[in-house]
Amino acid sequence: MSDTLHIQHEVASHGHSGEPHMHHHKETFISKYIFSMDHKMIAKQFLVTGIIWAIIGGLFSVLFRLQLGFPDQSFPILETFFGRWAEGGKIKPEFYYALTTMHGTVLIFFVLTAGLSGTFANLLIPLQVGARDMASPFMNMLSFWFFFAASIVMLSSLFTQTGPAAGGWTVYPPLSALGLASQGSKSGMDLWIIAMTLFVASQLLGGLNYISTILNMRTKGMSMTRMPLTIWAILFTAILGVLSFPVLLSGLVLLMFDRHLGTSFYLSDIFVAGQALPNEGGSAILYQHLFWFLGHPEVYIIILPTMGLASEILAINSRKPVFGYMAMIASLMAICVLAFLVWAHHMFVTGLNPFLGSVFVLLTLLIAIPSAIKVFNWITTIWRGNIRFTPAMLFAIGFVSIFISGGLTGIWLGNSTIDIHLHDTMFVIAHFHIVMGVSAFFGMFAGIYHWFPKLFGRFMNNTLGYIHFWVTLACAYLIFWPMHYQGMAGMPRRYLDKSSWVSFSQFHSLDAMITVATIIAFSVQLMFVFNYFYSMYKGRRVRSQNPWGATTLEWTTPIHPGHGNWEGEIPEVHRWAYDYSKDGRDFIPQTEPVGEDESAH
Amino acid sequence: MNTSIVSEQQHRRLHPHKFALWVAIASILMMFAGLTSAFIVKSNQSGWRTFVLPNIFWISTVLILASSLTMLMAVKAFKSRGLQQYRTLLGITFALGAAFVICQVLGFEQLWNNNVQFKGASGAGQFFYAIAGLHAVHVIGGVVALLVIFLKSIAGKTKSYDAVPVEVMSMYWHFVDLLWLYLMLFFIILG
Repeated sequence: MSDTLHIQHEVASHGHSGEPHMHHHKETFISKYIFSMDHKMIAKQFLVTGIIWAIIGGLFSVLFRLQLGFPDQSFPILETFFGRWAEGGKIKPEFYYALTTMHGTVLIFFVLTAGLSGTFANLLIPLQVGARDMASPFMNMLSFWFFFAASIVMLSSLFTQTGPAAGGWTVYPPLSALGLASQGSKSGMDLWIIAMTLFVASQLLGGLNYISTILNMRTKGMSMTRMPLTIWAILFTAILGVLSFPVLLSGLVLLMFDRHLGTSFYLSDIFVAGQALPNEGGSAILYQHLFWFLGHPEVYIIILPTMGLASEILAINSRKPVFGYMAMIASLMAICVLAFLVWAHHMFVTGLNPFLGSVFVLLTLLIAIPSAIKVFNWITTIWRGNIRFTPAMLFAIGFVSIFISGGLTGIWLGNSTIDIHLHDTMFVIAHFHIVMGVSAFFGMFAGIYHWFPKLFGRFMNNTLGYIHFWVTLACAYLIFWPMHYQGMAGMPRRYLDKSSWVSFSQFHSLDAMITVATIIAFSVQLMFVFNYFYSMYKGRRVRSQNPWGATTLEWTTPIHPGHGNWEGEIPEVHRWAYDYSKDGRDFIPQTEPVGEDESAH
Repeated sequence: MNTSIVSEQQHRRLHPHKFALWVAIASILMMFAGLTSAFIVKSNQSGWRTFVLPNIFWISTVLILASSLTMLMAVKAFKSRGLQQYRTLLGITFALGAAFVICQVLGFEQLWNNNVQFKGASGAGQFFYAIAGLHAVHVIGGVVALLVIFLKSIAGKTKSYDAVPVEVMSMYWHFVDLLWLYLMLFFIILG
């Protein structure tokens, strides 16, 4: 919101010695790196915070997988680190539930929502639509700092005496509403709610900015249908977030009332330790409705941005225009609308009216249509393309492949009749981890490898990138594929130790294998983190403005763009973003006017 | 503010701040839609208790309606450069807004003394506290913003003729007003 545009010294000395309205502006360490209002710096802040959370959340899964894979084994090192939470080197039940709850919360909200949208929306919106910054850079900064505050509160909940929230990431009442119910429902639960409230505030501030920047601040000539698909995907993501997060907030407010003021929104006829509670007439199902009204759009908030990133990366690296641009937009829009109409498919076994259930089955299965259109278009985009197998491209192709694998099981679960059998089994775990966990991570990795040159002016190491891709892909299938079989055999999720059931003891060695694969996958991600930070300082330098030969506007900025992005005028746009291999030319940038003998797309 | 990032061409479109406020309004509406639909779902279940709305809420309704009117006049005064008039009207709007919040609190107190309380069985009263309370929080936010621009109009050394901040303020203020009318009607009809 400043009246001057800040350009870093390095850029200003590039040879363009200054348009009249640009000044050398001395930035302090604090205004540049900490309370920055530059969208590119805010993107980096979101990404680094997201990476730290991903390590924490990933480590949690390794810990509870140790329990699941080797229930009889004792790991003295766990006691060294976690003390009474792992007495005798065995994970205690309370610890196990806290780990799974925090694994879900952290990865869904803090990594794949804030870390993913926060990074790529902030980085790409102004750069790809041709704006100096966001509509309100101040609100944008606030968005990060609300997220940071949420992170601090959530992190501190890990260190309370009774531990963090432990009722599952969905925090269903009555378990979450009664402190008496379990250790994880005490102060950890309050901190969880406070952290999520701050998180929602952060998402709303960010979302407002994304939407108003995309709709109002596009450069001359950048009509909506000339925007890259990344921007379309981020636009729909932001709309979903702005309309669904407030509903979660209303659910959490009522939960807070129930926890501390004695109201009965969610509670009715409950006995704790032989004592009848005074609460009457409440309904725990009400919470589920409010929660899943956010909870379902949330999974699209996670996956839509990666769909945009993958579309862009697939087109650039196969040197072909994206297939069915308008169909891609239409299917994003269809997914966005349907996202609000399917929440009750998470509640088929809550005693939902079967007729109502069948309506939700129909609406859920309808999502298969836009999803299939997108998959078809991605495959057709790379079909007979001149493919460059960069790490980013591999991850984008991997994204499509994994999205198919995970999406197909969604058709199973979307049918209420099959869901009654599979509900709360490992099948559900396998389904949603593949379709929105692994595939969203693949899309995010693709984005990081691809836009790293824009973020830091350096490339990430390719060899480490290839190892990262292949090992992650193999481990993802080794971990989640067998879980489908476990789930079909009826093995429940969330159980600490299943070895006393004869029917599940056959899966003993399978579970051990999954745990080993988890450890390998986790260490490969640490290698990626090493690659990220190493390349930030020591990576191969970017020498040309447009290293990937892409058409979009972010590659018309200097290699190290300052605050304000372009020196001089913002370029004008004359064509859509996907003129690859056209008229015998490898690519034509968006800034080039349409020639006389050329047909506009 | 923002002169550098809003180009001439963009001035003809809706100002980004106004647009952002529209989106924020949609977002806040979703929250109240969630709460009021929760109310409807719950009201069909057994053990539901209704309550009588104390008359003081009619007074607060009149207050916030009046404040919307003075806000409207304040924007007009600002646009016709009637700075003194603008200040007075803004001050009145602020006072009416603060009076609204006080009336709400008094109303909650009366309701509490009428034995509509948190403990025990669920009912319309518990929802009323939560929903009207959240609305009051949004009004308090508006009152604070009114105070800030009121103080700026008195103490500000530089004169600003940019109507956008004032218009954004008035949009928000009319929104919380209309939201209260909706909630009032909702509780009269269904409460």
